[in-house]
Amino acid sequence: MTKKPFHVPRRRVIRGLLATTAFGVSSKLWAGCSSPSTTGTVTAPTGEGSPAAAGGDLTMGFIYVGAKDDYGWNQAQATGAADVQGTGVKIVEQASVPETREVQEVMRKMIEEDGAKVLFPSSFGYFNPHILEVAKEFPEVQFFHAGTLWEEGMPKNVGSYFALVDEGQYLAGRVAAQVSKSGKLGFVAAKPINPVLRNINSFMLGARSIKPDIKMQVIFTGDWALPVKEADATNSLADQGVDVVGMHVDSPKVIIENAEKRGIFSSGFHSDQATLAPKGYLTGTSYNWGEIFKQYAEMIRAGKTLMNGGIPHQVIGGLKENYIKLATFGPAVTDAIKTDVEATSKKIVDGTASVYKGAIADNAGQVKIPAGKVYNITAPELNKIDWLANGVIGKTS
Amino acid sequence: MALSRSNWRSVAEAIAIPVGAILAAMVLFGCFCFLYGKSPLAIYGAIYKTAFGSWRAFQGTLLRAAPLMLTALCTALPARLGLMIIGNEGAMVMGGLGAIVSGLLLSYGSVLPTAAQVQQPLGLPPLVVHIAMGLAAMLVGGLWIGAVGALRHYRGVNETISSLLMNYIAIAFLNHLVEGPMRDPSSLNKPSSFPLPEMYKLGNIFTTRIHYGLIYGLVACAIAYVLIQHTTFGFASRIAGGNVKAARVAGLPVGKLAVTICFLAGSCAGLAGMVEVAAVQGQANSSLITGYGYSGILVAFVARYNPLAAILVATLLGGIINSGGILQRTFNMPDATVLLFQGIVFLMVLFSESLYGRFKVFKEPAELTPPPPVTPAGSAAAT
Repeated sequence: MTKKPFHVPRRRVIRGLLATTAFGVSSKLWAGCSSPSTTGTVTAPTGEGSPAAAGGDLTMGFIYVGAKDDYGWNQAQATGAADVQGTGVKIVEQASVPETREVQEVMRKMIEEDGAKVLFPSSFGYFNPHILEVAKEFPEVQFFHAGTLWEEGMPKNVGSYFALVDEGQYLAGRVAAQVSKSGKLGFVAAKPINPVLRNINSFMLGARSIKPDIKMQVIFTGDWALPVKEADATNSLADQGVDVVGMHVDSPKVIIENAEKRGIFSSGFHSDQATLAPKGYLTGTSYNWGEIFKQYAEMIRAGKTLMNGGIPHQVIGGLKENYIKLATFGPAVTDAIKTDVEATSKKIVDGTASVYKGAIADNAGQVKIPAGKVYNITAPELNKIDWLANGVIGKTS
Repeated sequence: MALSRSNWRSVAEAIAIPVGAILAAMVLFGCFCFLYGKSPLAIYGAIYKTAFGSWRAFQGTLLRAAPLMLTALCTALPARLGLMIIGNEGAMVMGGLGAIVSGLLLSYGSVLPTAAQVQQPLGLPPLVVHIAMGLAAMLVGGLWIGAVGALRHYRGVNETISSLLMNYIAIAFLNHLVEGPMRDPSSLNKPSSFPLPEMYKLGNIFTTRIHYGLIYGLVACAIAYVLIQHTTFGFASRIAGGNVKAARVAGLPVGKLAVTICFLAGSCAGLAGMVEVAAVQGQANSSLITGYGYSGILVAFVARYNPLAAILVATLLGGIINSGGILQRTFNMPDATVLLFQGIVFLMVLFSESLYGRFKVFKEPAELTPPPPVTPAGSAAAT
């Protein structure tokens, strides 16, 4: 009686009870008010696969991991979404959604509240487990993810789309080599992982197809969005006499602006950044997601779905499919260079030229792709690239 | 009498000031919405509906609140002892690493299982694996922040700075492990560890969308509250937090207290990391770096380091996060709008700290206070 180690004062209990009751009562009130509209939206997804049949616009939801105007990956997706809007398609968008349960909640809200029948959660990390989990809950909604992650055995209502940038970067590399006076290129990259290495290598292969002894210094910053390190890297490249800098980071903005300040050229990535550097921007590979989104919209309107097999689960393309394009040319790109780009681009599209045509050696001199061997950009062997092409100064580890 | 005549005023003050601060924040944000050409009332209605309007909506709020409760404790507990720890993010990441390492070891016997090992998991019961993962996460997270406490006590290193810097070390360590020694070779574009087997993933509570992390959060906050308010350990910590010298004179083991409470704080954040690995991601990769740790600091501040208040504040913040999407999708406002709202609320609540004791209404009238011994009352009443 005298010693109560866990004594809770009565007033505290009462205060807590009061607060809980108040909260409970008020939330019940509100729930009562909102239930009609909630039930209205919950019953909505009954349109069985072909929503277009019901008339009206098809609602597509787009989810981005960062800001829509980041001059990078997210902007490329948002530009594609804007392209498809209005063509019988209504879009809903949400930006800055992290790769946690948050994105699952956003997907559910888009489906239940906005009536989205097709979702494009665009960040790489959204796929597993988030898309896979929500897709199981809503078998009538189609999920399209930017990547090549879909495999047999995963939910039928999930599909992957991807654009391979190798050919675009090859062309951009050719432009860079023709503009460069110092014969030294630079590249700022996030991580030494396969897609980034392919990007660097195709840029280098393009450059070497013009000037066989040109060199390129690569700097890995270690992560996708490190603006300070990216600026430092650009500066140090400029100090070393590099006069064209390329990049593969989430948002190329910092690098391009810094290069412009230092009076050197830059070759962009993801989306069109010409406005950021009116003097020094050359060109760069920019995704043309709108093309893919429009194709999806058309197929869905024709009654095709992922579930009925009308839409393939893997959609991959490059220059030929018009999934990528070169960004606006800057003033330093002469007409002669433009003609060369056009001619090379034609050759790549009709198959007479190729990015990965042996012999290709890595930067330690070891032949990685033997002479006579030609890989199409979709070849699975290319996903094993873990080396830097000859002429690239840098290490993968 | 629950509310004795002498204390109702301070109770009213403790409720009125935070509520007033939130109302003031809503007015400010409402002005912003108005300037942006949107009706503030419609926006608040929508926010309420998406965050608290129905059970289904409220689940989304609780889901977001769950990790914040745990990470908030990482700041709230040491703060009672006068230590300002902001290493929540790092402790959470380390906890996540501890969880995935122990989880993979218990599933396959190796963090880099061969194809044969993946085919033939060890098959331990899920409960055992969960407990082991939780304990490992708490141990690693605890050691992480415990080290901060030890550095503070034995070497005099400023705990705020060291815990902040240790966040970067933890994140770099995570990136190093998932990109190198622990990398699943099939994770091409997003380097990750091997995934946990599906059977060991932490499920949802009954039929809701809320994972068990919420229960961990609620239980941890409750335990922390009892520990701080109703045990001799908590009492000693609060004494040391009030005046270290007095505590030393009184013979309290200040160093042990500091290290212990830092260990407990870190283990809470570590547990949040385990939940993120076991219930959400299923593997370790850079998605573990979510900012929950930093949000937890805010929750702890606003809750005035009270673990129970942290539950409410985390729920409120969860609601604001939950409703963020509606501002973008229905009202076409920029994605930063919700951050602005969150920021205004926190600034107002933090600012309101300075208002305690400034309103006459909440002051005990001088004649009601019992005679001499209560010293501050006399001087306060005189002002």
